[in-house]
Amino acid sequence: MVIPMPGPVEFWMGNEAIVAGALAAGANFYAGYPITPSSEIAELAARRLPAHGGTYLQMEDEIASIGAVIGASLAGARAFTATSGPGFSLMQENLGLAYMAEVPCVVVDVQRSGPSTGLATRPGQGDIMQARWGTHGDVQPVVLCPSTVEQCYGLTHLAFHLSERLRMPILVLSDEIVGHLREGIAIDQDLQPVERKFPSCSPASYKPYQAGPDGVPPLAAFGSEYVFHVTGSMHDYTGFPTADPQVAARKNRRLLDKVELIRGELSELHRVHETDGGNGRRITIFSYGASVRACREGGSRLSGGGCRVTIVELQCVWPFPDDVIQKYGSDADVVMVAEMNLGQVRRETERALPGVRVHGVHRVDGEPITPGDIISAVRGL
Amino acid sequence: MAREYLLTQSLPLFWCPGCGNGIILGALLRAFSDLGLAREQTVIVTGIGCFGKADDYINTNAVHGTHGRALPIATGIKAHRPELTVVALMGDGDCATIGGNHLIHAARRNVGVLAVVANNQNYGMTGGQASATTPDHKITATSPYGNPEYELDLCAVAEAAGAGFVARSTVYHARQAEKLIKRALETEGFGFVEVMSSCPVYYGRFNKLSSPTAMMEHWRDAVAGDELRTGILVDNPRADFARRYDAVRTAAAGSGDVSTTASTR
Repeated sequence: MVIPMPGPVEFWMGNEAIVAGALAAGANFYAGYPITPSSEIAELAARRLPAHGGTYLQMEDEIASIGAVIGASLAGARAFTATSGPGFSLMQENLGLAYMAEVPCVVVDVQRSGPSTGLATRPGQGDIMQARWGTHGDVQPVVLCPSTVEQCYGLTHLAFHLSERLRMPILVLSDEIVGHLREGIAIDQDLQPVERKFPSCSPASYKPYQAGPDGVPPLAAFGSEYVFHVTGSMHDYTGFPTADPQVAARKNRRLLDKVELIRGELSELHRVHETDGGNGRRITIFSYGASVRACREGGSRLSGGGCRVTIVELQCVWPFPDDVIQKYGSDADVVMVAEMNLGQVRRETERALPGVRVHGVHRVDGEPITPGDIISAVRGL
Repeated sequence: MAREYLLTQSLPLFWCPGCGNGIILGALLRAFSDLGLAREQTVIVTGIGCFGKADDYINTNAVHGTHGRALPIATGIKAHRPELTVVALMGDGDCATIGGNHLIHAARRNVGVLAVVANNQNYGMTGGQASATTPDHKITATSPYGNPEYELDLCAVAEAAGAGFVARSTVYHARQAEKLIKRALETEGFGFVEVMSSCPVYYGRFNKLSSPTAMMEHWRDAVAGDELRTGILVDNPRADFARRYDAVRTAAAGSGDVSTTASTR
């Protein structure tokens, strides 16, 4: 969607670019708990937010962190937090509250190698399914995956925009490699702060869960002229609890529909890198996050070697972009998925391409997938 | 009038006949009325449990959150908009069992939130199971042979964690509860008001105090016989989080720190 235009150049690590992207979006509230490899985000937020009149809160755990983010957002803040796998696990219940109560916020997960404490300082990409299904019940998360420092900046800004537009949490799944590597980034000067779209009706007639055709009810803020009630219990358009089956069905479906309505826009968040290969075998490799970088380098080294490699860099993994998978996977001679987990996106790719054999390049040893891994995998076919 | 804060269309209260929670709700709304609080500038935050459903009856802003997590949600609201009045309504389970860690840190951080805790010494909504405030030897749905654990003194925990205003009352002493809530709302920093409550249908029935009257008399006698300390227990307010963080903002803005990099290692 937003391709950054050239501007002043900085030399940042991914975690720094996430904070900068958040500030560009008007972020003014951070509540978090330090965890490797995301702690730089907290530290930079602690420095920069108060300088702009914002608030940094160090909470006692990740449950409290997402709780405070929810509270601040309901009070009108552009609020975010950052964590890694173990903290992300702790956040799942309150993330469900944010989905159910439709609270805008941004949650960054800088993934590391798991499960559990795992390899705390080493990269992984094993939280993809947790981001999709970590909270109980049916939700339709929106999950963005940056693979460059520039994308850390742009996709974080986009996350804030989507969170207010869709009135829900937006997840940014980075990883230890992208979070900690430094590269040049041209700052997009045109990104604007994100504003909340307040209701236009009178305070007396405001119903916090009454949606129009886009499926998103306008959200006011505590302390404004609008008074409203929010709950994680099943509720009707007034925001008060109900057990009416028809209301429950409508609410549950609308939570999914409001994302489905923009599925096409979200699946455009991908980039295609093609190598010259003459008339060789057509190989499509889908990847995301740090693994994209290895695919691009591996793919370019394979060029001219008798195969034509197309790297599809997925920047929005949920909702899963079936249309993109089908576009680049249906006609390929070989389809591969490269990821630092044991097949979380590979299985979704298989689902989207029935009858097609999908090869996986998987590492779960705390080491990055390398260009050599990609080259070996392709040559070994 | 206290009635102005009541969502009359939600009545009758869903709490059991003889439950003390309605008395605490009344005390709270009378305190709001005494102080003339504007509903637009007031936010109630609740968790899960019987007292956690008090938000159904109050017509200010409200968040009914997850179990045990009212205080972090309240902290986020108050930290972003410190001029709002933010009150967390919790039961003993919600506040001090599952929510115990958040109670400690809300008090330590001294965020200007008032915690009003209805302590009926069990988990009433789910059928009367033991909580952290169930006294030892008492019978509950999950301690049918007597509670093998000891009870937590919530006011002592709040005090130890640094709360500047800590008070206790009971549902028998309704007028006192109202005054303590009002005092807490007028005091800077984190406030903690515990009101011992009655659950006649579960805790009372399991422990031979099965009539609401018997439970009221129990609280009356506990205070009169000096077994239960009530009134203001701690009155030592200090600068709240908002005031302290304003100083942080001033320092940050004045530091000229335009760094885009994380701290030096």
